[in-house]
Amino acid sequence: MNDRFIVGLVVANHHGVLNRIAGLYGKRGYNIDSLAVGETEDPRFSRMTIVSTGNRNIRTQVVKQLNKLHDVVRAELLDAPDTISVEHLLIKLKTQETGNAEVVSLINRYGGKILDLGEHFIIADVTGSTQHIHAFITQCIPFGILELCRSGSLALSGGTEKILSAHQKNKFN
Amino acid sequence: MNCSGAQILVEELIKHGVKTVFGYPGGAVLDIYDELYRNAHRIEHIISAHEQGAAHAADGYARVTGKPGVVIATSGPGATNLVTGIANAYLDSIPMVAITGNVAVSLLGRDSFQEVDIIGITQPIVKHSYIVRKVEELEFVLSEAFWLASTGRKGPVLVDIPKSVQKELCEYPGSRRHSSPPSSQVSDLDLTEALKFIANSKRPYIYCGGGVLAAEAEEEIVSLSQRLSAPVGLSMMGLTAIPASYPLNLGMSGMHGKYAASMAQSKADLILAVGVRFSDRATGNVAEYTKNCTVIHIDIDEAEIGKNITSVVELCGDAKAILQKLLEKLPLARQEEWLETVAAYRKKDECREKELYFTPGNILRYIANAVPPETVVATDVGQHQMWTMQHYRFERTRTLLTSGGLGAMGFGLGASIGGCVGNEKKPTLLFTGDGSFGMNLNELATAVSQQLPILIVLFNNGVLGMVRQWQYMFYEERYSSTTLGRKTDFVQLAKAFGADGKTIHSMDELKQAFSQGFPSDGPFLLDCRIDGNERVYPMIPPGGSVKDMMMQQGGEAHE
Repeated sequence: MNDRFIVGLVVANHHGVLNRIAGLYGKRGYNIDSLAVGETEDPRFSRMTIVSTGNRNIRTQVVKQLNKLHDVVRAELLDAPDTISVEHLLIKLKTQETGNAEVVSLINRYGGKILDLGEHFIIADVTGSTQHIHAFITQCIPFGILELCRSGSLALSGGTEKILSAHQKNKFN
Repeated sequence: MNCSGAQILVEELIKHGVKTVFGYPGGAVLDIYDELYRNAHRIEHIISAHEQGAAHAADGYARVTGKPGVVIATSGPGATNLVTGIANAYLDSIPMVAITGNVAVSLLGRDSFQEVDIIGITQPIVKHSYIVRKVEELEFVLSEAFWLASTGRKGPVLVDIPKSVQKELCEYPGSRRHSSPPSSQVSDLDLTEALKFIANSKRPYIYCGGGVLAAEAEEEIVSLSQRLSAPVGLSMMGLTAIPASYPLNLGMSGMHGKYAASMAQSKADLILAVGVRFSDRATGNVAEYTKNCTVIHIDIDEAEIGKNITSVVELCGDAKAILQKLLEKLPLARQEEWLETVAAYRKKDECREKELYFTPGNILRYIANAVPPETVVATDVGQHQMWTMQHYRFERTRTLLTSGGLGAMGFGLGASIGGCVGNEKKPTLLFTGDGSFGMNLNELATAVSQQLPILIVLFNNGVLGMVRQWQYMFYEERYSSTTLGRKTDFVQLAKAFGADGKTIHSMDELKQAFSQGFPSDGPFLLDCRIDGNERVYPMIPPGGSVKDMMMQQGGEAHE
């Protein structure tokens, strides 16, 4: 877990970009633990958060190599202690005929929301750190997990120094 | 003005100063070839025998001229045949723009006839690539492609143009120009730090690579060397950066480098590395390599700094500008003791072969003296390539075309064609081996039809010499698939292609051939029958260090 690191990127929003980035990790033998992408406030650009594992050498190489890609506006290692990182979980659990108080209380304890409640299932939504999500999932196992879906980490640097924005001066301007 | 995509392409090529393109026509580039036909008076197209040959020719052209080489191929097999050529340019940071046709936009993604995803196939081996789906994007894409290929760390850029886009019309202003942003400035703090390490060094060593050629920083390297009493070792890509006759030029370092270069490197207390990437073939064991020294690394590619070697000072930027800044502040330092040590190392590299023996070293030394120093020299890959690095004395920059990073057998003939064309079709040399030459000898047809005066010196030993050398050294002489047992008559072969040649068995025959001269309007092949047991020495085994350096053994017969 200590070797886990997060890279935040602003990239051009067109087809093939994800391929290039995933390909770079692949060809250099870096592992991707999770990857999340979404459009920014400027539709020409997307923001990615990639979580990987690797030593210091690998971390700096990943970021330098990413910054060489023409489609990458800027990649930054988000390694400061004040980095905000959250993950999003959707989980579908079996419900008990005897009542669901225990499941509901578990979801509440982890700050989750119930999105749907069916005859035999309950769908909940939990947001938090990766450890938080991990702990919640472990607690859910005894109830019976039907399926689950995780977003991968999203991360922003704390403060205003390492701003990764579509509006910063970049190579497309 | 309304123009078709094909017209825009040709206009953009001309606008970017392209005088010659290499390529091979086909269904998906018919419109481009139609435009080339119309503009034949403005831009020359050279058809190869195979797209790979065209890609290597564009590469050779770029190495000689310093400008991006351009290659055109059709979709599908035409595009896949470029792959080795693109990878070669990528690993040696050679500026290249590869244009491929593709099926019409409406047919893309349907496994149409001669459709491949060439963007996907080449993704790991290009600096950048584009598929142009709208003709309106074409001008921007092409001008960005040329800019990307030839700025920063140079490299190949691929532009895939579907057939429908070549036909479509759009407004073409033809005015778009990419300008380079100012290259990143090295901080004064880093420069001061570098100067401090240099001032404290008693045994400085300059390690100079292809980046010096790309930055045209050759003079600065010599000034630096003189100022510091620093000998210069060269990577294969940097071999022509300074003249072989410069007294502190120790020649190539690395696996098959010169004894003096490897020894001086290992005894140095400071390595000033300029435009090099410390490939495994150059360093051997990385820990041993930097055990006794600190490294100042100058490179334009930030990712190269710290990738293979940890340096104490990292200077990222244009080598010429950085060296000039350093030179402004560097005092003259005479390191007599160090210079004496280096001179003693050099003695070991002195030739002890008798001149009459028909050995690779003698052949190369003879030819180097027999041709003008500005002659462009291409090589293929293998033993003959290493012999060329060791024994041919390069005096002028950009006169060596060789496949460094990729080590692609079959590179040489295509590269010599491109090099010859890029050098006003002046007499050009190709050193090759019977293995490498066999891979792409079809390009003899191109050299003949283009009337290119390429002298092909074939080191014919009937074996795959370099692989065989490894089998001799590391596989207990189990010569698996390296004894070729072919009966190819290379002189007859040259004749069949419309060229000519001679079989050479001795130094006398070689000298006689040179005294008779070679045609000025076509290639000529010298089939030099050398001994199959010739090996390349010195050799530092893979992952080894100078301590493991193997010198000529059992070769006393030549002394």
